[in-house]
Amino acid sequence: MTPSLVNPRQIIAKIGLWLAVFVIVSPAILFFLWMASLSLKFEVDNAAYPPVFIPEHFAWKNYADVLGSNRFLTYFFNSLIVTGSATALALMVGVPAGYGIARMAAHKSAIVILIARITPGLSYLIPLFLLFQWLGLLGTLVPQIIIHLVVTVPIVIWIMIGYFETTPLELEEAALIDGANRWQVFRHVALPIARPGIAVAFILAVIFSWNNFVFGIVLAGRETRTLPVAVYNMISFDQLSWGPLAAAALIVTAPVLLLTMFAQRQIVAGLTAGAVKGG
Amino acid sequence: MSALTQSTPAAAQSDAAPEKELRPPSYWPFVVPALVVVLAIIIFPWVFTIWMSLNEWKVGSPTTFVGVSNYLRLTSDPRFVEAVGHTLVYTVLSVVLPLVFGTLAAVVFHQKFAGRGFLRGIFIMPMMATPVAIALVWTMMFHPQLGVLNYLLSLVGIPAQLWVFHPATVIPSLVLVETWQWTPLVMLIVLGGLAAIPTEPYESAQIDGASFWQAFRFITLPLIMPFLFIAGMIRMIDAVKSFDIIFAITQGGPGSASETINLYLYSVAFIYYDLGYGSAIAVIFFLLIVALAALMLYARQRMLWTEIASGA
Repeated sequence: MTPSLVNPRQIIAKIGLWLAVFVIVSPAILFFLWMASLSLKFEVDNAAYPPVFIPEHFAWKNYADVLGSNRFLTYFFNSLIVTGSATALALMVGVPAGYGIARMAAHKSAIVILIARITPGLSYLIPLFLLFQWLGLLGTLVPQIIIHLVVTVPIVIWIMIGYFETTPLELEEAALIDGANRWQVFRHVALPIARPGIAVAFILAVIFSWNNFVFGIVLAGRETRTLPVAVYNMISFDQLSWGPLAAAALIVTAPVLLLTMFAQRQIVAGLTAGAVKGG
Repeated sequence: MSALTQSTPAAAQSDAAPEKELRPPSYWPFVVPALVVVLAIIIFPWVFTIWMSLNEWKVGSPTTFVGVSNYLRLTSDPRFVEAVGHTLVYTVLSVVLPLVFGTLAAVVFHQKFAGRGFLRGIFIMPMMATPVAIALVWTMMFHPQLGVLNYLLSLVGIPAQLWVFHPATVIPSLVLVETWQWTPLVMLIVLGGLAAIPTEPYESAQIDGASFWQAFRFITLPLIMPFLFIAGMIRMIDAVKSFDIIFAITQGGPGSASETINLYLYSVAFIYYDLGYGSAIAVIFFLLIVALAALMLYARQRMLWTEIASGA
């Protein structure tokens, strides 16, 4: 028998590794499984002690209740409009800005992004709240779209600076020499190459805008709540019916979790590039 | 650029536009729209906040200039002083614990095993998930009678805890959530650091008979230090500002036992509508974060110098 085939040390190392993997991943797995379990149980099972992990009867009606309510649909569209607009606007101004800053090598301008990163979200809220009140915009979705730019614009600019710094200059220079103007170079040479970077910026901007809570609790009225705010308001109303609450929580965060699984590579690339969490 | 001037004959060949200067190119038009947005949503709020902090500014009553008296008021506000204490405790724990667990997790994820990509995706879910949604589920798990955490404790013979419902345990309990949520970020950053380490030092260490722990302590740890530092910095900035989790789970309670600066700022500005005083808190809060960041940079420099001095 060759020693490389059955090596007890290797087997122990293998078992140890799997044990370590299990220990490390289980807090996340168990949490989300428990979340799903809570959302699928009737009140009897949720109030049972010892706790029931897999109920005999699944309470699909928890989901039906949440999805069926008119308000939920309103809040869902609010979230969609706020996140969609804030992300689209951020890409429109942020991608060219990232390009310009990278090409001018204006690294000092990144300090503004840094300040934005350090500033607590609430600090923006006080002056902008007054401004929106003065402009008579409270009660519409506009204030939330604008203030979500605080989250999305720095993310997009930061990621795009980093991305454009790595894209080759030769093609752009060649295009300039051929008589293209700078806008054409950007539009037809730089932009197509930057598509993967734009995808990263888009995904992160969507996630952090979708998750944002603090801007909503101050600026949103009854009709203009986004989903995180709506879920929070559910807590104070019926603390005791856990099933529908957990179902609502899972529905709110489901798009983000799906995005995390399917766009993991982009998310990891974006987060390790240093642009993390706005607001 | 010389590369460009050398290649200008190519431009002359093609019947392109009249010779115009290619450099320095003006990329300003690309930046202007973003500049306007940044001025409006980041710079303007800052300037306005500083101005407001110098005024007595309450919603519904006239504004009067009061100079620095809002700042003086902070020093004699016991609730603010207490909030600073809570913030520091919360921050230190929420930096240290994720750094420790994140580094361990990174060492594990650096190994090769089946399903690594998928499991890494699961592992980073806590930090991507909507904070309010997970806060809600944690609140249910913390429930003293019906919560699953006390049930789990009872399985190993530990008496039931009050978690976030008792002043003594509320901050550690919130730190538990914060650690669960943000360990993945540290893991990702450290994993990037591990990927950059060459294999040679480990091979020679193995020949020298170094244990796994020795290899980690004397090879891995020094080499990932810069990454740990960045992770610590990001973690510090986020932990100081932590809001969603604390607000959704305890709202600063019980009493004011978990009221951090950010939570207090919210109350002052948007419950009492004392916007002038709130602005002063916002300014001091920002300066505190900058000071903490500077302190970390200073400590890092000191560490580097002592390393060089000791010849390590």
